[in-house]
This record gives sequence, C-alpha cells and structure tokens, in this order.
Amino acid sequence: MIYDPIDIALILVKIGLVFVVILTLAAYLVFAERKVLAWIQDRKGPNRAGPFGLLQPLADLIKLLTKEDFRPIGADKWLFYLAPAMAAIPAIMIFAVIPFGAPLTLFGHTVQMQVSDLNVGLLLFMALSSVAVYGVALGGWASNSKYALLGSIRGLAQLISYELSMGLSLVPVVMLARSFRLSDIVNAQSGCWFIVYQPLAFTIFLISIAAECKRIPFDLPEAEGELVAGYHTEYSGMRFGLFFVGEYINIIVLGGLAATFFLGGWHGPWLPPVIWFTLKVFSFAFLFIWMRGTMPRLRYDQLMHFGWKVLTPLALVNIVVTGWWLVLRG
Amino acid sequence: MKILSDIAALLTGMWITWKHIFRRPVTIQYPEEKRTPYPRYRARIVLTRDPDGGERCVACQLCSASCPVDCITMQSAEGPDGRRYAEWFRINFARCIFCGLCAEACPTLAIQMTPDFEICTRDIMDLVYEKEDLLIDGCGKSPDYNFYRHAGIGVTQPRGSGAEEKPPVDVRGLLP
Amino acid sequence: METYLFYILAVVTVIGTILAITEKHPVHAIVYLVTSFFSLATIFYLLAAPLVAMFEVIIYAGAVMVLFMFVIMMLDLGRSDEARRPELKQWILPIILAGIILTSIGTIATGYAAAPHASGSLTIRDFAETLFRKYGVAVELVSMQLLFAVVGALYLGRKAKS
Repeated sequence: MIYDPIDIALILVKIGLVFVVILTLAAYLVFAERKVLAWIQDRKGPNRAGPFGLLQPLADLIKLLTKEDFRPIGADKWLFYLAPAMAAIPAIMIFAVIPFGAPLTLFGHTVQMQVSDLNVGLLLFMALSSVAVYGVALGGWASNSKYALLGSIRGLAQLISYELSMGLSLVPVVMLARSFRLSDIVNAQSGCWFIVYQPLAFTIFLISIAAECKRIPFDLPEAEGELVAGYHTEYSGMRFGLFFVGEYINIIVLGGLAATFFLGGWHGPWLPPVIWFTLKVFSFAFLFIWMRGTMPRLRYDQLMHFGWKVLTPLALVNIVVTGWWLVLRG
Repeated sequence: MKILSDIAALLTGMWITWKHIFRRPVTIQYPEEKRTPYPRYRARIVLTRDPDGGERCVACQLCSASCPVDCITMQSAEGPDGRRYAEWFRINFARCIFCGLCAEACPTLAIQMTPDFEICTRDIMDLVYEKEDLLIDGCGKSPDYNFYRHAGIGVTQPRGSGAEEKPPVDVRGLLP
Repeated sequence: METYLFYILAVVTVIGTILAITEKHPVHAIVYLVTSFFSLATIFYLLAAPLVAMFEVIIYAGAVMVLFMFVIMMLDLGRSDEARRPELKQWILPIILAGIILTSIGTIATGYAAAPHASGSLTIRDFAETLFRKYGVAVELVSMQLLFAVVGALYLGRKAKS
C-alpha cells in the first residue's frame, strides 16, 4: 500500500487536534459542571481564578500535578498504576470514529472530519466502551480497600448491564441506516433525524449512556455518601485526575455519539456543521449536569431491576417492531 | 398510569432546578462584601470597664470555671483599698468556641462578647490574648452598671452604704 | 508494514497467552489474557475481518473476561501464592491435545504453498448473509441451546420455596 505524505500529515494533524480539543473541553466541562450546579443551588460557583473563574481548570491541573502520588500498603503496584489510564484511554479512543463535521477539501484532498471512518465504527464504540470497564474494575480491586472494591464490583455489574441495553437500542439505528459506518449513519439522517423514527430507542440510549458514564441517577460505583469515592477512593494526584477527566471525556464522547446516532450528527440548517455538532454535544453535557443537580441516586436493586427488566426487554421489543415496520414498508 | 405520574414527577423536579438556574445567587462574596453581624453576635471577647473607668473584673474565676474548653485563666490580686482585680487575664482564642458561657457567668458584666469575628492570624500564638489586648475603654453593652455601687468593697466601704443596699442585719438582734 | 505489525502482534499474543497460563494470580492472568485478545483482534483486523476483530473484543475481552473478573472479585479465591503447580501426570493429556492441534496446523500449513491473499475487506453484509442464509439452521440451533442454558441457569438459581 502506498501512502500519500499529505494524507498522513492530515491524519496526524486531525489526531492532535482532536486530542487537544477533547482534553480542553473535558477540563472546561468540569468547570461548567461546577458553575451550573452552583447556579442550580443558588450559589455562584468558582469565580476566583481568573475572570469569571475561567482559569479554574488550570488551577485544578496544577493542584493535581503537584499532589503526592500515593499508593496504599498492599496495593497491587502495576495494576494500581495502570488502571487510571485504562479508564481514560478507551474513552478518548472512541472519538476516533465520530464524524464531527462535513467533509472538507484541502490541497485537493477530501478531508473527512473524522479521524478514522471505520466500516465497523459502531462496533468499535461498543468494544471500547466495554473495555473501559477494566479501568474501574482493576482500579478498585488493586487499591486493597473495601470501599474501592465495593465500588468496582458495583461498577462492573452496572456497566455490563447497561451496555446490553445500550447496544440493543442502537440496533434500530443500524437497521434504518443499513450500515455500521458512522458517516453513513449521519448521512442517512440528512433528511430526517432518527429521533423522529426512534424516540424509544433514543430514550433507552440516553438512560444507558447516563449509566455508562456513571452520572448521578446511576452513580453507584462512586456513591460518595456510601463508599467515600467508590473505585477511586485510594487514588490521589494526577491518577485521580485521570479517572476524573476520563469521566468527563466519556460525557463528551457519549454525547457526541448520541448526537450522531439520533440527532443527525453535524447536520443542521444555517450554522456550519462543526458548530452544530458542538452545540448538540454541549446540550447533552448540559442535560447530564442538569440531571445531576436534580435527581437522587437509585438504590442498587432498583438499578439492576431497571436495567434488566425494563430497558433490555423494551429495547428488544423496539428491535422487533422496527424490523416489522421496515419489512412491511418494503 | 403509574409510569406517567413518575415521568411527570421527574419533569417537575427538572423544571424546579431549571428555574433556580436563573435565580439570583444568595452567596455573599466574603472578603469584598461583608455582612454586619447583629449586636448580640458572639465573637471576640472583651473585658469592659465600669462607668467610672475602673476595671469591672473582680477575678472571681467564674468565667474560667464555666468555660467548657478551659481557655480562660487569670491571677487574682487585691488592691490597697481591698478591691479585687485580675493581676493578669488570659484568653486563648485558638481554643475558644465562642459559646458565650463566660459572659453569662460573669457577675460583674466585665466579660462580654463583641461582633468582631475576624481574628484569624498566621501564627497561632497570636491568638493568645493578654489582659492588655482584652481590656477596652468602655462599658460595653450595659453602660450604667457598676457592680461596686451595688455590692460595696467590703473593707474600705462599710456594709450597708452601697446603692440599694440595706444596712446589715444584727443577727443577734433576731434571736427570740 | 502489515507484515511487521503481524509479527509484533503475534509475539504479543503468544507471550500474553503463555503468561496467562503460568500466572498464579487470577486477576493478573485475566489482564494478560485480555492483552492477548486485543492483539488477536488487531491481527483479525489486519486479515481484513473487522467484524470478527470487533466481536473478539466485545464478547471475549468486554463480556466474558469481565464476568470472570466479577466472579473472582465476588468470591475470595484464597491465597494465590500458595497455589501449587500441576503434577507431571496432569500434563500428559494437555500435551497430547496440543500435539494433535500442532500436527493438524502443520499439515494444513505445508499443504498450501502460500497463504491466499484476502481481496478487500469482508463486508458486514457478506458476513450476515453467510451466517443467516447459509448457516441459518445452525445459528438457530445454537441460539436455542443458549436459551436452554439460560432457562436452566434460572431454574438452578431460583430461590428455594420455604
């Protein structure tokens, strides 16, 4: 195979750009979450570092980097050190398959606004999100702490349960788009967004991704009232920061995927495609923050009951109905 | 339908938090923006003087005894006129919990609480206040009260000559 | 370039699997096995079978191994450093089985002069047509079997009526 140097350079630039933008966005999402939560609770939120507190992420970063890197006695050394990376890297890798804008033409090359247009993009997302479980599981297990272990066991059970309903809720999308390629799914929605055809699948997917990124109604793995901080109880400094940022990268990525699968990706009138995509991602992020400010935490049996006895059967019924509808429509 | 009422309940909660996003924050930006505490706010402790300018404290140790964290100590002494006073008086504000029990216990209203709450320092030893730091040139909250005018100073001022004081009863005269 | 990648991944797969077998600690063994699954998935991808690669990761690394780990965490399996190596007698059967597999691989490998070069990537449509048209009955049978297994597990795991 012969590679064009300009193509390779473009791919590298895209990877670098996505990496920097996602990390910055994740850091500012932390800031946005603190601000919005503060407004919901009639407070002002962080406003000391820089104008309107805009340098707060930087201050947090310096604090996390200069903290002691602590390892508890009896912790499994290598797994303890590796687990934060295992949690954060799959999250950021998923973004490789998300198309975030319309294809551009630069130097006579058509540039996909997407790092890699895999023909199994949707499956890659499923694969990487199922692998992200290892960070939670090994981090909690390697800490040699009861709270961390309880948190990681809860996390394991929750993530594998809700991955099922998440995957099943995406089957109708694939049936409608007739492709696993994410750019095809986006192009299939140029006329009408899939949320119009599949409101139920969208709801199931939304609830499942809230559980996937361990947001508040489903934040049992890190329930601070019960388990101190759950699976990252024993982590300090930048290793904790990696878990933390990984969670917010997850919000951005899953928001981007929800936009891609149901809200037409970068399609939208008047505004440029990249802006549309960013708007959709931000509205999902805002929804998650808003939910965090509103809802209490589920009990563990309620969580499992809801995942296995409500969401999964509903998603299966939805697949069957969509299949019949597609067959009857011809 | 139960599920519909559940969804309605969720949406009600979301609507309430949505309204609160636009509400004015109740936060007071402390170092720039200070609220004035009420006059009876319990913060820094002072020793007051009576209207004549003398120290009110008679070193009776009641404040020290009532203090739950034992942050008050003093040494009592007697003046040439037989009037008791504190030779030194020390309050450790690093231990004080500002409960106000000392001010309640004080029979002469010498020890009083003020609304001045900004007394933090870098060095914890700066929080140990001596008598010179505690004593103020004023009467505090009850400007007219003078303990000695009511009680008298046993030795130099004969019994029964204080304000509102009856002459002492001759106990032998009460015998049947 | 694909050839070099293949050899690197093959070495990772083999070493990961060997370590997974010899490691005494169950959680470490799972981590090694997952590593080897990953490189195996990438090899599948290089062999123009992206669907198989993804299923390798989703099913084996993402579901089966996670469930194993869940069970290991839930049940305290005792002290792993006191576990002993199997005796020589217990090695005989595995060695015989491995010999059979190696011989058959050898015969197949010597039969072909050169590996047939895959022409283009296998699309999901081809995969699905083969699976559900050509082998549809087999797929149905296997899924029925899985259903029986689920029903059986439910029966075994039900609460005893008091």
